[in-house]
Amino acid sequence: MVPLSWYIILSAVVFSIGVIGFLTRRNLIMTFMSIELMLNSVNISFVAFSHYLQSMRGQIIVFFVIAVAAAETAIGLAIIIAYYKNNPTIKVDEINLLKG
Amino acid sequence: MPETLWTVLKVFIVVNVVMLHVAYVVYFERKVIGHMQARLGPMRVGWHGLLQPIADGIKLFFKEDIIPSSADKPVFYIAPVIGVIAAIASFAVIPMWEGFSLANINIGILYLLALSSIGSYSIILGGWASNSKYSFLGGLRSSAQVISYEIAMGMSLVGVMMLSGSANLTDIVNAQSQTWFIVSQPVAFFVFLMAAVAETNRTPFDLPEAETELVAGYATEYSGFRYGLFFMAEYAGMFAMSAVATVCFFGGWKGPDVWFLASIPGVVWFLLKIYGFIFFYFWIRATLPRYRYDQLMGLGWKLFIPLALANIIFTGLIKLL
Amino acid sequence: MTAPQLFFAYFAVMITVLSLLMITRRNPVHGVLWMLVLFVHIAGLYIFLNAEFLAAIQIIVYAGAILVLFLFVIMLLNLKKEETVKKFQKHWLVGVGTGIIFAVFSVSIVRKIEVFPQLGKYTIEAVKAEGNIMTVGKVLYTKYLLPFEIASVILLVAIIGAVVLAKKRIE
Repeated sequence: MVPLSWYIILSAVVFSIGVIGFLTRRNLIMTFMSIELMLNSVNISFVAFSHYLQSMRGQIIVFFVIAVAAAETAIGLAIIIAYYKNNPTIKVDEINLLKG
Repeated sequence: MPETLWTVLKVFIVVNVVMLHVAYVVYFERKVIGHMQARLGPMRVGWHGLLQPIADGIKLFFKEDIIPSSADKPVFYIAPVIGVIAAIASFAVIPMWEGFSLANINIGILYLLALSSIGSYSIILGGWASNSKYSFLGGLRSSAQVISYEIAMGMSLVGVMMLSGSANLTDIVNAQSQTWFIVSQPVAFFVFLMAAVAETNRTPFDLPEAETELVAGYATEYSGFRYGLFFMAEYAGMFAMSAVATVCFFGGWKGPDVWFLASIPGVVWFLLKIYGFIFFYFWIRATLPRYRYDQLMGLGWKLFIPLALANIIFTGLIKLL
Repeated sequence: MTAPQLFFAYFAVMITVLSLLMITRRNPVHGVLWMLVLFVHIAGLYIFLNAEFLAAIQIIVYAGAILVLFLFVIMLLNLKKEETVKKFQKHWLVGVGTGIIFAVFSVSIVRKIEVFPQLGKYTIEAVKAEGNIMTVGKVLYTKYLLPFEIASVILLVAIIGAVVLAKKRIE
C-alpha cells in the first residue's frame, strides 16, 4: 500500500518545480506552461485525497480545475497573440509598456 | 505466467494482422480507384500485381533516410512513430468477436478519443520539425482541422453512449442485439463518418497533405522508412476508425440471425463491415474533389458540431419520454 | 518495496524528471513535447488511483486540446529568434531560491499527513460495481449541478473572450 503522504509530497515537489519555472523563464509561453504544471500537481493531490478518503469530491474538483485550465489557456494565449500583434516580443522582461 | 504469455501472444497476432491489412489495403486502394477511373491498377508484380505491396515495402525500407540539415532532428525522428503507435494502440479496446478484445476497459470510447488526439501530434510535429514551408503549412492546417473535427466526433459518439448506457465497447455491441445504432442514430453516424474522414486526413478533407497545392504537406521532407511510417499510420488509422464505426453503429461482430448466416463466425461479419467502410473511403476519394480550407472549417463548426449537439438533445428527449 | 510502491516510485520519478526537463527546455516546442509525456504519466497515476474517467479526460483535454493550442500559438508566432537569446530572467536565482524554500516547507509540512479515519461511502468496491464514469456523473449532476453549470458559463466566457481578443480588426 502506498502511503497518502507520498502522493502529497510528489504533488508539492512538482508544484515547486512549476513555481521555479514560472519565476525564472523569460518566454511568456513557457511561464504559461509552468502554470499548467502547477495546476496538474494540485490535481494529483486532489485525486489522491479522493481515493484515500473514499469520497468523490476530489475527482469532481479536478474536473472543474481542468475546465478552468482550458478556459485560462484559451484566454491567455489570445492575450499573447493580441500583444504580439502590437509589439512583437514575448519575453516577460521586455513587456514593460506600463512602466513609468 | 501463462496468462501473461497468452496476452503477449494475442497482442502480437493482432498487431501483425493489422499490419498485413495495412500493406494490402494500399494495393486494394490502387485497384479500386484504378477500376473506377477505367484503368487496371497495378498489374506487373505477381499475378494481377498481388506482390506489389511487398515490393513497395522493400523499396521503402531500403531507400535512403534523408534528414533536412535544418530540421529539428529528435522531433523529426519521433513524429511518425507517435502516429503509428497511436493508430495501432486503438485496436487494444476493439471487441473483434464475442468476448474477444485485448483489453475490455470501461472507458473504451474515451480511450479511443484520447488516442486519436495523440495521433494528431505526429502530423503537427512532423510538419513543424521539417523546417520547410509546405510541411509547416500542412502541420498548421492539420492542428486546426483535427481539433475541430475531434469535437464533432466525440459529440456524435455521446448519442451512442446515451443509448447503450456505457462507454465500454463490448457493452455497446451487446446493446445492439435488437437494432443497430445506425437505425436509431443516423445523424450521429453521418457526423461520425465525416469526422472520421477528416481525422484520418483522407480526401475530400486531406488538406494537411493536399499534394496538388502543398506538394505532400507534412510529409514533404520525409523519405524512405519514415515516410512509410506516416503511410502506415494513415491506413492503420483508417482501419481503426472503420472498426469504431462498425462497433458503435453497425453492431460489431453481430450478423443477421437467419438460417445459414447465423452459423458464420462473428469475426467474419466484423471484417466484412470494416472492408465496407474501407471501400467507402476509396469510393469518396475517387469521386469527390478536395474542399477549400475555409469551407472545411465552416462545415466542421457550423454544420457538424450543431448537428451533433442537436442529436444529443434529441436522443435525451427520446430517452426521457 | 511492494509492487504498488515500485509502480508509484516509477511514476513519481518520471513525473519529477519530466517536469524539470519541461521547464528547462530552450525551445518551447520541446517543452510541449515533454509536457505531453508528463501528462500521459499523470494519467497513469490517475488510473492507479482508480480515477479512470479523469485519466481519459486528462489526455483528451490537456493533451488533445490545451497542448495543441500551445503548439498552435508557438507555431503561429514563429519564435525562431527566441532560441538564441537567454532563456532565464536576470534574477533567476531568486526564483529558484523561492521554489526550493517552498518545496522544503511544504514537504516538511505534508510529510506526516495521515488519512482521517472518517471515510466516505465511495469505497473501491462500490465504485467498481457501478463504474467510475457512472459514479462521477451521478455526483456531478446532482450535488454539484450548480458548479457544473457555472463551469459551462466560464467556458462560454473563454470562447467569446478568445475570439474577441485574437480577432483581426477590420478597418
